[in-house]
Amino acid sequence: MSSPATAIPSAARAAGGIRLQGLTKSFRGPGGVVVRAVRSIDVTIEPGETVALLGPNGAGKSTTIDMLLGLTRPDSGHVSLLGREPRAAVEAGLVGAMLQTGGQLIRDLSVRELVTMMATLYPAPLDVGEVLELTGIADIAERRTQKLSGGQTQRVRFAVALVSDPELLVLDEPTVAMDVEGRHGFWTAMRAFAARGKTVVFATHYLEEADAYADRAVLMAHGRVVADGPTTQIKARVGTRTIRATLAESATAAVSPSAGAAGDASAERLAELPGVSAAERHGAAVILRCADSDTAIRALLAAHPAARDIEISSAGLEEAFLELTGGDDDSPLEGPAQR
Amino acid sequence: MNATAYTRYELLRTFRNRRFLVFSLGFPLALYALIAVPNRHEQSFGGTGISMALYYMVGLASFGTMMAMVSSGARIANERNTGWTRQLRITPLTPRAYFRAKVLTAYAMALASIATLFAFGIAIGVSLPAGEWAEMTILLLIGLMPFAALGILLGHLLNVDSMGPATGGIVSLLALVSGTWFPVAAHGFLHILALALPSYWLVQASHVSIGGESWGATGWLVVAGWTVALTALACVAYRRDGQRV
Repeated sequence: MSSPATAIPSAARAAGGIRLQGLTKSFRGPGGVVVRAVRSIDVTIEPGETVALLGPNGAGKSTTIDMLLGLTRPDSGHVSLLGREPRAAVEAGLVGAMLQTGGQLIRDLSVRELVTMMATLYPAPLDVGEVLELTGIADIAERRTQKLSGGQTQRVRFAVALVSDPELLVLDEPTVAMDVEGRHGFWTAMRAFAARGKTVVFATHYLEEADAYADRAVLMAHGRVVADGPTTQIKARVGTRTIRATLAESATAAVSPSAGAAGDASAERLAELPGVSAAERHGAAVILRCADSDTAIRALLAAHPAARDIEISSAGLEEAFLELTGGDDDSPLEGPAQR
Repeated sequence: MNATAYTRYELLRTFRNRRFLVFSLGFPLALYALIAVPNRHEQSFGGTGISMALYYMVGLASFGTMMAMVSSGARIANERNTGWTRQLRITPLTPRAYFRAKVLTAYAMALASIATLFAFGIAIGVSLPAGEWAEMTILLLIGLMPFAALGILLGHLLNVDSMGPATGGIVSLLALVSGTWFPVAAHGFLHILALALPSYWLVQASHVSIGGESWGATGWLVVAGWTVALTALACVAYRRDGQRV
């Protein structure tokens, strides 16, 4: 359907990307309870971005993806994919996707035949051999689809999503059922594809995946977007890095009961260092949670020049995530409207 | 987009599934052999004027082809269940092309079933002019149109678990009241009921051998009516099925 030029203000800017406006979707769950799966979300994704849709099970990620792909009609709101209605973008062959449901492939075809069959549905597909190579399934190309392991099946589904050479690649929890090696290979292939200027949206609840492979994370909880920004920015918002270090023997001795209250390396004293928000001690080992790790490490080294085995790690999205969603006790069930 | 290629792969898949092929083609053939071989000299079965070998050849062709058409629904139900249908919905393949591929594949199975039964029929002495063979085949293929729609309808209405009993039950019941196993009574309730069923007209295809119009206006109307009604229902079931399960 070609919608007339009833211009959305920044439609030109988002013409090549994804624009979700006020998307809302409710389902009637068991016992007639209305489950508000997605509650008025607004997300804009620019062409070429790799964005993680992050959240726990039931956050509304899959429902959002279904609406984005035109598989589910939103109760209200609008989706624009590459400047078109989802259906039109799909019919033009611009979208490739790996959906969460349907781990199984149709049977009685070889891997190569299945990928070739899917390629024939598109106007300008990639070379099938190349795709099999890229997704690491060239060695199982002649095997029948019903005889694959879970991880192999996932890789074939990835090949099916890629073979059309889509402008937009949508992956709903793609690495479920893959082993560590499989995951690594998968993300390497995804990066190679994204590097060609393609837009990639993936849903995951593996927080480290969002951290490692996305430019930006959209955090969802209870059907709402609770944070949206570069993964580094999201971590900065809740703000913590962790410093681990082993202090010198003298500092350790200083807190032994016999040394009196003057011990300058007690957890309490460490917590008072500039930039440190909390401190723990386990013998000579200390763990400092820092709002500003740069300041904290300088202060720590000034106070304890002999500190060794120093390790600074960022909190990871897991903690950022708990921080951002933990306080949201609003149930996803029908209740007072949020807005 | 190349929907023809898609149909070709559907055919390839179907004819590669040996178990499906053996049961779909073998079961009607075995029944035909069991019933017709011992009675192949009976020239007017139940006073119909049709030889038993011909009557059961067409009767079992109607049974086997109904089964072929309806079991395409089982394949659709299975693809819905595994999420493959959703995967196809995010390709440029139109629903129309998808269903066309399913129906053509079902028809290919039906033709294979007709061919094996007719070949066996000839082997045990069924002899007809070429024109009548052709007419019977064409009537069977046309009479299967409501069943193509029924397959798609059931494929969207039922799940994988209920599909087997449902298709088996429906086809067996239709075969029973439509004269697959023995001629339908010439009068009464069962006769009227049979006339209103599309499966009755499939079995009636054998009447080409006793001259005259084998279907008549009633036959064409019943087949057309069921085709339109079941196609409409199949469309509704397909649209309702847009939601994620």
